[in-house]
Amino acid sequence: MTVRIGVVAFQGAWGEHLRLLERLGTEGFPLRSGPLPEDLAGVVLPGGESTVIGRHLAASGLSAALAAGIDAGLPALGTCAGAILLARRLEGPAPEGRIPRVPFLVRRNAWGGGAPQSGTQRDSFEGVLSWNDGQSSRGVFIRAPRFDEPEEGVTVLARFGEEPVALRWRNLFVAAFHPELDGGGPLHSLFLDACRRFGSNAAVPRRA
Amino acid sequence: MMNLNVHAREERNCGAEGGAGMGGDAAVPREVRCDANASGNGCPGTDDVPCPRVRRGTETLKEGLARMQVGGVIMDVTNAEQARIAESAGAVAVMALDRVPSELRKAGGVARMAAPERILEIREAVSIPVMAKARIGHFVEAQILEALGVDCIDESEVLTPADEEVHIDKHAFSVPFVCGCRNLGEALRRIAEGAAMIRTKGEAGTGNVVEAVRHVRAVARDLRRVLAADGEELVSLARELGVPVAQLLRCREAGRLPVVQFAAGGIATPADAALMMRLGCDGVFVGSGIFTSSDPRRRAEAIVEAVAHYDDPSVLARVSSGIGEAMAGTDVRRLAPEERLQERGV
Repeated sequence: MTVRIGVVAFQGAWGEHLRLLERLGTEGFPLRSGPLPEDLAGVVLPGGESTVIGRHLAASGLSAALAAGIDAGLPALGTCAGAILLARRLEGPAPEGRIPRVPFLVRRNAWGGGAPQSGTQRDSFEGVLSWNDGQSSRGVFIRAPRFDEPEEGVTVLARFGEEPVALRWRNLFVAAFHPELDGGGPLHSLFLDACRRFGSNAAVPRRA
Repeated sequence: MMNLNVHAREERNCGAEGGAGMGGDAAVPREVRCDANASGNGCPGTDDVPCPRVRRGTETLKEGLARMQVGGVIMDVTNAEQARIAESAGAVAVMALDRVPSELRKAGGVARMAAPERILEIREAVSIPVMAKARIGHFVEAQILEALGVDCIDESEVLTPADEEVHIDKHAFSVPFVCGCRNLGEALRRIAEGAAMIRTKGEAGTGNVVEAVRHVRAVARDLRRVLAADGEELVSLARELGVPVAQLLRCREAGRLPVVQFAAGGIATPADAALMMRLGCDGVFVGSGIFTSSDPRRRAEAIVEAVAHYDDPSVLARVSSGIGEAMAGTDVRRLAPEERLQERGV
C-alpha cells in the first residue's frame, strides 16, 4: 500500500528526502503550510539549519498543526536539524517553532570535542553505525548534533561507537545523521512501516 | 602544500589508494569511496560490512554541507554584532569579511582574505556555518581558512586574484568550496576542480541584479543543450564549453548542475532574491545589500521570507513593505572594464 508522506520543505535537504521516498516506492510531497491533508501518513523534518526551519515552521503555522498531528499518532522522522526540532531538551538557545516531544537531550554541532557548539565542517564525518537488530550501515554526519540522556520509553536504534545516533520514541524517529544522502537504510524501513500502519488506520476518517 | 592536507587525504582514501597530487589532473575524481568490493586495497570492509574507518572531507560531506544550505540566505557580515543580527534574522550561514564588496570597490587597492581574528570573532558569535573568501588561486589563504575551522571557502572574484591562470585545487581540501560562474563552462570547470557549490558571479557590490540574472540564464541555456544533446554530440559540446566530458555526464545524470547552485552578486531586495529563486537557484548570497541598507535586520528577515516563499506574490508583497531604503545601486554599464569583478577567473 502506498502512503503519502509530507516533507517539510522550507529549507535544507527536503529535495533529497523527496527523491529518497520516491526511490523507496512511496509518495512524498512538499509541506509548507497547514492544515495537514486528511490522508497524510507521515512527516519528515529534514536536515538544514534548525533555527531557520523552526522559524518558518512557526511563521507558517505548520508547527502547531504538526504538533497536533504528532500527538494524535502521526509518525515523524527528524534528521539532523529535524531531530533538534523534535528533541524535548536542548543545550543552548532554543529555535522557535520546534515540536519538543522526544525525551532526550540534544547538543548542536557537538562532535568538535571542544566547547559546546564548537563543531565545524572539519568535524563532519562518515562512519559505520551499529543497529540494535545487528545490522550495520554507513552514516553521514554533517555538523551533526549529539544525542544524550535518552529517557525511559526511548529506544536506541543505532549507535556510532558508544554514542546513540538514532532513537525511536512512540511514533517519532530521530537521527543525528543524514539517511537522505546515503540511500535510506534501516531507519527508513522502520519509519515507513510506522507510516503504513498509521495510514491503514487512517482509512477510517480521523480528526487530527 | 602538503602538511595540512595529508591527514584529510589519508582518511579519505581509507589508506588504500593514493590520490592524485597537487597539480594532477583535476578531472580525476579525488574522492576514493572505500570500495568494499575491491580486493587487496587494505580496506577491512566487505559486501555486508562497510569499512569501519571514519572518513572526513569526502565529496559526500562537502556537497552535503551545501545541500543543507538549500532554500536559505547566506549573508556577508563584517563583525560579531552583524553576525548575530544575520543569524537571528534567519541566515543559513554568514560570510565573514573585512569589508563588504561595495566598500571594497570604493577602497580600491588589493583585496585579500579577511583577518583571522575577525573570522574567529564572527565564528564565536554564531552557531550557523561561517564561510570566508580566499583569492582566486591563493591556495595558502585557503589553507589558513581551513586551519581556522571555517565551514566553507569562497574562492572569490570579489578579492583580487592571486593567480590569473590557475584556480585552487579544491579536491586537495577537506573543507568545501563555493565558486562563482558566469556560464556553464565556468561552473563545470570549478566543479571539476572540486567546488562543492556554485554561485553566479553577478556583479558584486552594485546592488544591481542584472548580471546575476544574465549568468543564471546563461547556465540554464547551456544546460538545456547538454541535456538535449545526442550522446555523440557530447564530446564536441565538451570541447566548446571547455570542460571534461565527465562533467557533462554528471549533469545529464542529475538533470541539472550536479551541485547546489546559489545566486550572488547584486541582490538587494526581497524581490531580487525571489527572482533568482524563480530562475532556478537553490538559495541566495546577499553581500552589500543588507548591512548597507537603512534597516538591516528587517531587510534580512524579509529576504529570508522571500527565499522560502518565492512563488507566493502575496507573501512577497507583505515582506517587501516597511523595510526601509535599499542600498544605492550602480549602473553596471557605467563600470570601467577593470571595475567589472566578474571578468576575474574564467
